[in-house]
Amino acid sequence: MRRLEIDRDRCKACELCIEACNRNLLALDEGLNAKGYHPIAIHDEQECTSCTLCGVVCPDGCFTVWKEQKAEKSR
Amino acid sequence: MAPKRMLMKGSEAIAEAAIRAGCHHFFGYPITPQNEIPEYMSRRLPEVGGVFLQAESELAAANMLYGAGGAGVRVMTSSSSPGVALMAEAVSYMVGAEVPAVIVNIMRGGPGLGDIAPSQGDWGMMTKGFGHGDLHLPVLAPSTVQEAVDMMGLAFDLADQYRTPAVLIGDGVIGQMMEPVVFSDKPPKVFEKSGWATTGKLPNRRRNIINSLHLDPEVMEQHVLRLFEKFRRIEEQEQRHESYRLDDHPELVICAYGTTARIARSAVDELRKAGHKVGLFRPISAWPFPTRALEPVVEHTKVLFGVEMSMGQMVEDVRQVVRGRRPVRFSGRVGGVVPSVEEIVGWVKTELTAEAAA
Amino acid sequence: MATEKIVFARSKVLTDNYLSYCPGCTHGVAHRLIAEVIDELGITERTVGVCPVGCSVLAYEYFDIDVQQAAHGRAPAVATGIRRVLPADRYVFTYQGDGDLASIGTAEIIHAANRNEKMTVVFINNAIYGMTGGQMAPTTLPGMRTTTSPYGRDTALCGHPIRMAEMLNTLVDPVFIARGSLSSAKHILRAKKLIKQAFELQHDGFTFVELLSTCPTGWGQTPSNSLKWLERNMIPFFPLEVLREPGKLPPAAKAYAPDLKVADDTKKGN
Repeated sequence: MRRLEIDRDRCKACELCIEACNRNLLALDEGLNAKGYHPIAIHDEQECTSCTLCGVVCPDGCFTVWKEQKAEKSR
Repeated sequence: MAPKRMLMKGSEAIAEAAIRAGCHHFFGYPITPQNEIPEYMSRRLPEVGGVFLQAESELAAANMLYGAGGAGVRVMTSSSSPGVALMAEAVSYMVGAEVPAVIVNIMRGGPGLGDIAPSQGDWGMMTKGFGHGDLHLPVLAPSTVQEAVDMMGLAFDLADQYRTPAVLIGDGVIGQMMEPVVFSDKPPKVFEKSGWATTGKLPNRRRNIINSLHLDPEVMEQHVLRLFEKFRRIEEQEQRHESYRLDDHPELVICAYGTTARIARSAVDELRKAGHKVGLFRPISAWPFPTRALEPVVEHTKVLFGVEMSMGQMVEDVRQVVRGRRPVRFSGRVGGVVPSVEEIVGWVKTELTAEAAA
Repeated sequence: MATEKIVFARSKVLTDNYLSYCPGCTHGVAHRLIAEVIDELGITERTVGVCPVGCSVLAYEYFDIDVQQAAHGRAPAVATGIRRVLPADRYVFTYQGDGDLASIGTAEIIHAANRNEKMTVVFINNAIYGMTGGQMAPTTLPGMRTTTSPYGRDTALCGHPIRMAEMLNTLVDPVFIARGSLSSAKHILRAKKLIKQAFELQHDGFTFVELLSTCPTGWGQTPSNSLKWLERNMIPFFPLEVLREPGKLPPAAKAYAPDLKVADDTKKGN
């Protein structure tokens, strides 16, 4: 179940999303992106509640957030 | 049916000519001696569904021209020397971003606040320094009210055809003088602007950007080279002048433009009556300077004599064409003093005597 | 079977270009909010933007709409030129920093506001000149160190910061004046509402949204600490509020006499 996609090469490691995530799911990755930053990565993606606050504070538009839609009950 | 001749004050005729050339947008600021232009526009533009706005300064007015011209409409302003100085910033941006607009400069005495009397003291600024950076723009110098009327349409056409600001320079004499004029009833030319004007990006095209910033030096260089290729075309195709009594290769040629040329024309007639072979070369396009027409004149005369209401600015362009082959003299009046026919006759006679004695 | 749908993504009113702003600079946030508002109001095809001189001089690379790049401080005049000549259904906005709007451009912003030009001005106030390396701005706080106030802004020498929203609020006609902040997710979401309200009202007149913003590089702080510094130091001096909106008008908004009309005997040779 996809929750979060991070555009690694847009990320400038400003870390504002780390503060915004109230489940502490985001951290700087060990690797480097094309610009030489340690981009953000999510661990435990399934813990994400799709609150979108990471996207709200990100200046560079790195985040795409999905939210689970409950299945339609058939009548 | 013959077009109607009307007696009009120069400033008002210039304004009316602009409206008939399809310019329905005017942004300006009061300054003597051209206030009749914005005042006329403020009355007439609402009548044709146009826009008149008095801006907070000439600086603001020129930037409004950048915005409106960039949005693809014919737009103009008018001002006088101290106010025009404030427009140099916006004009440089217009040249760099290739925004069409027309600026009318009714020159007055300077430098500084100067006075409100007629002057030709901005030739240099208009043709060489109307904004920072490597730039040129068409500058037209009418000599009569009718010529000013005809040149307004030309100025808008040049501005649109070449995507450039264009300037019309006059002085308080042309502005205040009342002369009979005829307005052309030809409909104004229409130029396609959807390829670059900011009107709102429709899905079927890329966004249009009006911009003069190019941070990459290589890109900037290419941009300037492209602008200069445009200036080269303008130089080739848009030189304008008038020759008066030069057919018999007179020994002295007065070089004058605008109001001064009218006075010089009468001086030429007086001198001819007194037996002196003189003529008049009148630049009509200040930029591009009519070098092509002046070249043979230089070859066939002995002396060139510049007369201006300045300390000698247009005469520098003459000197460049002459390249030392002939003496180039100059006399002028400044501060708003308009030289008289007798004065010009006197200067030329003195020069002819000196030449004969040499 | 559970499905998923996108609840947050980059706005399609932004181009694909990577932003050139410093890490953590809130310009990116402001750009996104404006882009989202334009998209949500369905006015992408009818909007023309004007970008300033300052860090956001390159904003024309980031918005996928028609844009004009204006000289320093002149955006309100350029926008006036655009606004007055395009059809009435267009939307026009300027995007300006504090040097651009409150220093060199003070005349242009006041007069565009006073003429009630039908536009939205987004004012990015980060109390410093970012692009040129961190000099003092008209909104720099007392005591704040910048490269041209190395001992801290001395109000005895150069006065106090200017509160532009309050200053414009002394004019009669503007329709919407508000100040928000980009210093937390909560403030950002509120700021978006202000921007949306401004765009919705701009066909009635002049709308102005001041957004308190950070400049981590100029302030010499981490992006995260910059947000906290903003909330601690800037908000007390630049209060967050809607100063003026329809139905909430300050006393200045009323002309000094009701139905004021100048008696037209000035030109009758009295």
